[in-house]
Amino acid sequence: MITAPTAGELIDAVIGFIETRVAPQMKDRDIFLARVAVNALAAVKREIAEGPAAEAAAAARLAALLGYEGDFAELNEKLCDALRSGDMDLSTPGVFDHLKASIIDQVKIDQPNYSGLKALQP
Amino acid sequence: MMTLEAALSALAPRLVPGATEALDVRRLSGGASQETWAFRVGERDLILRRRPPGGAGSGNAVGLATEAALIRAAAAKGAPVPEVVHVCAEEDGVGEAYVMGKVEGETLGARIVRNEAFAAVRPKLAGQCGAVLAQIHAIDPATAPALNTSDAASELEKYETVYRTVGPERPIFEAAFRWLKDRAPVLGSPTLLHGDFRNGNIMFQPDVGVAAVLDWELAHLGDPAEDLAWICVNSWRFGGTKPVGGFGDYAQLLEGYEAAGGKPVTLERVLYWQTLGSLKWGCMCLTMYASFASGADASVERAMIGRRTSETEIDLIALLERAQ
Repeated sequence: MITAPTAGELIDAVIGFIETRVAPQMKDRDIFLARVAVNALAAVKREIAEGPAAEAAAAARLAALLGYEGDFAELNEKLCDALRSGDMDLSTPGVFDHLKASIIDQVKIDQPNYSGLKALQP
Repeated sequence: MMTLEAALSALAPRLVPGATEALDVRRLSGGASQETWAFRVGERDLILRRRPPGGAGSGNAVGLATEAALIRAAAAKGAPVPEVVHVCAEEDGVGEAYVMGKVEGETLGARIVRNEAFAAVRPKLAGQCGAVLAQIHAIDPATAPALNTSDAASELEKYETVYRTVGPERPIFEAAFRWLKDRAPVLGSPTLLHGDFRNGNIMFQPDVGVAAVLDWELAHLGDPAEDLAWICVNSWRFGGTKPVGGFGDYAQLLEGYEAAGGKPVTLERVLYWQTLGSLKWGCMCLTMYASFASGADASVERAMIGRRTSETEIDLIALLERAQ
């Protein structure tokens, strides 16, 4: 595969285009939507950079928690089933730590400046 | 059909004695389920709130005549609300609507939390919010229009249905539903609640603080702690560090509530409802994303709000950690 431009560089180029060329011509609600579009691209960029490692770490924690291997989606579904049925809950060793670590990684991708992230991660 | 301008002009003498004309009729932004229009009659600035023509309204919303009656009932208890000037009848040609006096001020949470103009009044706001809720909660439901009653268990059932219908696999939601269901408090005597008391629906003024409580469409009967907790949900703090709306502390809110005649509510009960509130806002984010996913609303805003679901999950984790 090619090494450059990276996906991140392409996203940066589009963000730069929206911010410097598109947004200044927008009016009313479109100004807000242009900002949301930039935020969406920035989240995609972070997901490309950080998503695979976060998902691999989550899958490893899930495998330890559930006692068997599998891909993330499958293991995550099993955890949801166990929490729904009551087979596991927040007091089950490892459950809370897994949920906390996973959501910290997810919010770092979705909204790295969210106050709740800083509150949980001093 | 008459234009809105003509209909409001025909109404003008009943809004301001001797007036004959409605001027500067303009649509204000904001308010997804109801339209808000500003206009002027004589020297008076007025607001029209109406159901969009042909609009069905949202499922939980009370009718506009009910909203107007609740605002008047709150005013009678001394709560700061706009003055309801006229509730529109069918022959007014405006649709389902009411007219109220315009209240000046600021509703944007980020400005209340950060702007220098509010620095002096900010320490008083949480206590005022408590006092205003005590006034609203003092309305006798028997004297108000009939409203739905909900408690923690029925709210959880409603939002779990939403979550399961949208269908994501989110373990924090699963754990939170279970945790909240296991601890659902029993509803004592159902209290009249505003139902959406938070930054965005409260008009603040730098010199007085809380100037008016707006947007009554989610009013219902329920647990007083629900109203006290909703403004504490982190999503309404707009980056502010303090728990009540980003601007105040729990103790100030609860002291203000009790000092104004509210029955004592424990912090534990507020935190329970705050947890339920974060979960509820998370489900609302999922619903808004679902309208993008279905193609009903293809805007980037609807897509991106789906990514705000995780903010409610991190808030849930913080609240559940605190409760352990």
